[in-house]
Amino acid sequence: MTRSDGWAATIDAVAIPVLAIVVALVLFGAFVAIYGVDPFAAYGLMFEGAFGSAFSWQNSLLRSAPLILTALCTALPARAGLVVIGAEGALALGGLAAAAVGHALDGANGMVTVTVMAVAAAVIGGAWVALAGALRYWRGVNETIASLLLVYIAIALFNHLVEGPLRDPASLNKPSTPPIADDAMIGAIPGFDVHWGLVTGVLLCLAFWVLIERTTIGFAIRLIGDNQKAARLAGLRLGGYVLVVCALGGAAAGLAGLYEVAAVHGQANASLLVGYGFTGILVSFLARHNPLAIIPVAILIGGIGASGGLLQRRLDLPDAAVLVLQGILFVTILASETMYGRIRWRLPSLVAARRPA
Amino acid sequence: MTGALGIEAVAMTKRFGDFVALDDVTIRVRPGSFHALLGENGAGKSTLVKCIMGYYRPEEGQVIVGDREREIANPRQAHGLGIGMVYQHFTLVPNMTVAENLVLAQPDLPAVIDWRKERPRLEAFLAQMPFKVPLDRVASSLAAGEKQKVEILKQLYLDRRFLILDEPTSVLTPAEADEVLGLLQRMTRAGRLTILMITHKFREVMAFADEVSVLRRGKLVGGGLVTELDTDRMAAMMVGEAALPQPKSRNEQPAGAVRLRIDSISALDDGGQPAVRGLSLEVRAGEILGIAGVSGNGQRELVEVLAGQRPATGGKILVDGQPFHARRDQIRRHRIALLPEEPLRNACAPNLTVAENMGLRRFDIAPYARGPWLKPSAFREAATGLISRYRVKTPSPLAPIKALSGGNIQRAVLARELGEPPSLLIVANPVFGLDFQAVAEIHNQIIEARNLGAAVLLISEDLDELFELADRIAVMFAGRIVHETAVAGTRPTEIGRHMAGHGEDAHEAA
Repeated sequence: MTRSDGWAATIDAVAIPVLAIVVALVLFGAFVAIYGVDPFAAYGLMFEGAFGSAFSWQNSLLRSAPLILTALCTALPARAGLVVIGAEGALALGGLAAAAVGHALDGANGMVTVTVMAVAAAVIGGAWVALAGALRYWRGVNETIASLLLVYIAIALFNHLVEGPLRDPASLNKPSTPPIADDAMIGAIPGFDVHWGLVTGVLLCLAFWVLIERTTIGFAIRLIGDNQKAARLAGLRLGGYVLVVCALGGAAAGLAGLYEVAAVHGQANASLLVGYGFTGILVSFLARHNPLAIIPVAILIGGIGASGGLLQRRLDLPDAAVLVLQGILFVTILASETMYGRIRWRLPSLVAARRPA
Repeated sequence: MTGALGIEAVAMTKRFGDFVALDDVTIRVRPGSFHALLGENGAGKSTLVKCIMGYYRPEEGQVIVGDREREIANPRQAHGLGIGMVYQHFTLVPNMTVAENLVLAQPDLPAVIDWRKERPRLEAFLAQMPFKVPLDRVASSLAAGEKQKVEILKQLYLDRRFLILDEPTSVLTPAEADEVLGLLQRMTRAGRLTILMITHKFREVMAFADEVSVLRRGKLVGGGLVTELDTDRMAAMMVGEAALPQPKSRNEQPAGAVRLRIDSISALDDGGQPAVRGLSLEVRAGEILGIAGVSGNGQRELVEVLAGQRPATGGKILVDGQPFHARRDQIRRHRIALLPEEPLRNACAPNLTVAENMGLRRFDIAPYARGPWLKPSAFREAATGLISRYRVKTPSPLAPIKALSGGNIQRAVLARELGEPPSLLIVANPVFGLDFQAVAEIHNQIIEARNLGAAVLLISEDLDELFELADRIAVMFAGRIVHETAVAGTRPTEIGRHMAGHGEDAHEAA
């Protein structure tokens, strides 16, 4: 019975997301067929654009780095039973804080500047998402709505500051903050075109997995996420944990902003806000909020994004075509959530998991 | 509507992997009879009725409904044949009113509900029922007893002709139980309804059932007309050779110091209405204080306040003379154990493992943790010990606790709470839906805790249980204690009068 129980969960965890991806690909195939494109040609090109060569691998990994970090912003609170979708706001403000601090410390030692920028990005991102947690715990405001609305506030704040007080007068067409000094830029991993954000993301995933699965704080978080009444019975005070998961998740998303500024763009401008925060939600759900699963899922989704250019050039598809695929994926993933446990119901050998009363 | 329906289950066999849950069981339920299905936990009663209802597909055997063999592949088909079931666990939509729940249950619900038509229909239906439920209350605000009534009413409202009841009276007061079962019995006598009732209570079998079938370990071991059987024969069939544990004798001991003092505590129910209104009581070391009361008089809210699951709106709780806020350090220091009703919902994390649930009280101290690090091996070892000591039937300590049967979840929680002798024990309806063996065991555990000097607060809707266990009984009515007395020399009728709120004249006697 242990075995069948474990098997059922394992089959669920692997088969259902795969099935959701297959369904999304089929629907996407129908979509490109409307444009008169052979779906299989599109699939082939997507694979080529995502993982077909060393160059496309690097492109995919580059895009997956911020996705890993923003996915953690949804995954961590999810383990405590919260649905937080505010990573985009934390990314925006984290990136802005990094750019502002980087500029203010112009001329200081590069290492020091990068460290201070990282701390600023993490603190601002963490505080922003913790705000949604605080509203949830003390005022009973739905954290999903609150975190989403905080995204809009963050973006408005970002635009206001980038186009106003923090604007570099030299940025004419595209309002931006002043560029940070070259020695405060975070370079690529030696031998690759991919920046250190990927390593940071992977390490944070490992750290958060250990936190959730192997520490007493993680136990409390899982307990709260599974049944608040049981958590209260155990004498846990929920507020602290709600704030901690939100702050840690927000800090990760804030670091995504740091790397976009300090490793990619060199300044904060509208290029930061391309939806990594929202795609991160997709990654987290697809990974069932498991930090370890986030890594491969983020690379897969990053690869889909990376293949967009190729689809546009070779097949003359609109450049938003891959966004359509992402949207379809999100819908099929959310729909597949209802399938967990049901498939077990149909497999006779696995019904054994339920003992008769 | 045509009359009662007869059902025969012939040579049913159901296996779960290697485990044979039902072994060639044949039972015949005559139309218009009141048939009781007796058996211990895991005897196969639920499996049998789930096969009849189409939840499970038996490996062998047929179901004959009326006089035709029927393939019942899912519950919808069973409903179509007029077979309904009232479950041990509630199936009401929590946020809907009773009226909405009743109307919602209809299979051919119109797209727009014409309440001007439905309402008089409902009221006319309720008028011929011997018990009342508040139609406009939200289901989640009802106490367990009231919910169970609505569940039964729902089936009757759907004009079911064969009704399966899974422990229907476990949350009702004896008077309510008699009322409900009496109604059902009259309907069977009138030829309107056939009842198949899973139960453990011999009293109900003797008083209401016509026939009985007894299952043990998946086999039919006996049965027949109730008039030809007696309680001892049925008990012998059920338990087989295994004897019930000897009831623990209670030490004659004077009550010690006051352990728990509740000082005019108040709390609101889920609907924001006052449920506990300035309730005060004291429990001393080495005594069991029983709280009697019809469900829905604030007992659930009181337990939740003590468990830290519901904020108190006034008053204070003192444990060993110190203010108590259900914080972790306080719970540990005062060695407080708490067994709430519906443990899966109130005291467990369903998706965490049995081992994790058993370690829930002490997960952050040695041996479960070293500093901030969990020690999974310590969880496993401690759970393995508790599982064998309390005979919890689980495939493994690492199975999610929700995979266990109700009785075994209860045992697992009991093991967690009583594994270390408590100094203050709070128990609410501890034997809800359990069989004799389990009831006797749990009662013994409670008495043993008392004998070891624990102060025990026992909230129960079962008067028999209170009279068996308690040293003193307090009656809770409308959120207050309205009567308090020593058990010795008290008659249940006196308690019953206070439970109904008619006790003012008898106050001096307390």
